[in-house]
Amino acid sequence: MAEKVLMKGNEALAEAAITAGCRHYFGYPITPQTEVAAYMAKRMPKIGGTFLQAESEVAAINMVLGAAAAGVRSMTSSSSPGISLKSEGISYMAGCDVPAVIVNVERGGPGLGGIQPSQSDYFQATKGGGHGDYHLIVLAPASVQEMYSLTIKGFEIADNYRIPTMILTDGTIGQMMEPVSLDAVEVKQFDKPWSACGQRGRDHRNIINSLSLKPEELEQWNFDRYKRYEIVKEKEVMYEEFMMDDAEVCIVAFGIAARVSKNAIVEARKQGIKVGMIRPITLWPFPEKALKAAAEKCKAFVSVELSMGQMIDDVKLAIECKKPVLLCNRTGGMIMSPDEVVAKIVEASKM
Amino acid sequence: MDFKKTKGLTDAPLHYCPGCTHGIIHRLVAESLEELGVLDRTVGVASVGCSVFTYNYFNCDMVQAAHGRAPAVATGIKRARPDDIVFTYQGDGDLAAIGTAETVHSAARNENITIIFVNNAIYGMTGGQMAPTTLPNQITQTSPYGRDVTVVGYPVKVCEMLSQVDGASYVERVAVNNVKNIMKAKKAIKKAFQNQIEGKGFSLIEVLSTCPTNWGKSPADAIKWLDDNMATYYPLGVYKDKEATKND
Repeated sequence: MAEKVLMKGNEALAEAAITAGCRHYFGYPITPQTEVAAYMAKRMPKIGGTFLQAESEVAAINMVLGAAAAGVRSMTSSSSPGISLKSEGISYMAGCDVPAVIVNVERGGPGLGGIQPSQSDYFQATKGGGHGDYHLIVLAPASVQEMYSLTIKGFEIADNYRIPTMILTDGTIGQMMEPVSLDAVEVKQFDKPWSACGQRGRDHRNIINSLSLKPEELEQWNFDRYKRYEIVKEKEVMYEEFMMDDAEVCIVAFGIAARVSKNAIVEARKQGIKVGMIRPITLWPFPEKALKAAAEKCKAFVSVELSMGQMIDDVKLAIECKKPVLLCNRTGGMIMSPDEVVAKIVEASKM
Repeated sequence: MDFKKTKGLTDAPLHYCPGCTHGIIHRLVAESLEELGVLDRTVGVASVGCSVFTYNYFNCDMVQAAHGRAPAVATGIKRARPDDIVFTYQGDGDLAAIGTAETVHSAARNENITIIFVNNAIYGMTGGQMAPTTLPNQITQTSPYGRDVTVVGYPVKVCEMLSQVDGASYVERVAVNNVKNIMKAKKAIKKAFQNQIEGKGFSLIEVLSTCPTNWGKSPADAIKWLDDNMATYYPLGVYKDKEATKND
């Protein structure tokens, strides 16, 4: 059996980035993601990598853009208010087709909000966040082990499609400790003939740019990017089904809310309620087909999330509003108890 | 000696207005890169403003950066590819207003990059608004009665400011208003790149430049206005040179 080590989620994520070949990390302090930067500050100098604490989140994301444009695997991490600041740079990266990994260890908002866990940046993460027509690929770990595995996956998927990828997690997953297997994994690497790293005999110049003053051209760039998004939607959707075989009530939850929901499902089943869960692992692309199929056999859905209700919109869209969707939510840094979820499951089972 | 087109520039026609000195500065940068033999391993960073299209003009790999962020982007490139020669080409609005933090902190880190800072005392691309370097009483679209320093404050003197930053290696202000000054500007720009090749760290060359269109002047009058007004408010010269200080 593989040896496991006890790690914080944020540390597992940082180690995963190093395993994936990331040697350029740029960050700025903010709670509750600080362990990522601290881990990188210790490790990077020892493996010939770069850890740089930037003067702001704005500068950090643009350093990531520069390093990624030059063809290396690069990462930044932050928490909600910091991600708002990075959104300008993220939009530029999307517009330039520069791949990198951006980590959001969410905390309560809006504004300065609080430092306790939240999932209220769902809209920002999945609908774009910055200006213009674009998406990020958004991965949502629900365990420390997934902080490790999905971060590696994030680098691969970003490079493969030249789409910046976000790890959307929260203060709980980031801070909690669990045993993690850091087994040697084969990490896919990709050639980057497009990168701006000096011509060195190449017969053409590489230009990394998101500007076009010709609307026909800019429209075509967006069309081309959305064609790639369609391929991502076709090939990269990830989700977990939990006790769905006979489920009449379907919970939809991700990250820490899914962990709470699993306990609630086990409890509700003891009361004889047939309930299961679809846990989106990719929030974008969203597991629309799986939910649509579930709508054929389930009579009600419950969206369990740490926000005022954001993912619930995507649930309703995916099932085309064919079944009722209840919301079980806490916000501002509060987490629902399994009992609160059970109460919603009972309510849904009576619909 | 034959006067030829430099290999450091592409054949793309420049979009700059008649009489604008961007063309001269482009040539000085391009010649320097060619003469130092580093074009093939150079990555330039274009900024936002009139210089946004420099990615079409400099004959090397280029990255286009968000407004003010060029030094951060250049930092990322240089850290990823330390053997590359990395430069930014930025105007005054980009470098001295929205990008002040990136400018000061790349200097503080003594980031081994070269910054070409074109100061024409106005926002050119957007049609002539007040810049951080617009002179007191200077009329622009957004200071139609002249820059009132009691309301909007004073111009930012970038070289003077950076001369106080310990990290900065080489900071010089030049102008391209006459042949003699153009020759001096070339020497400074080439030295700024040579410093990077030798790993000496952060170099910034501020180039006083004209904007006849938005100043509302003929090219000849614009040069005279630079002489009479800008060069007196922004004195030319070396503001920081760690090497020279070391040799004293």
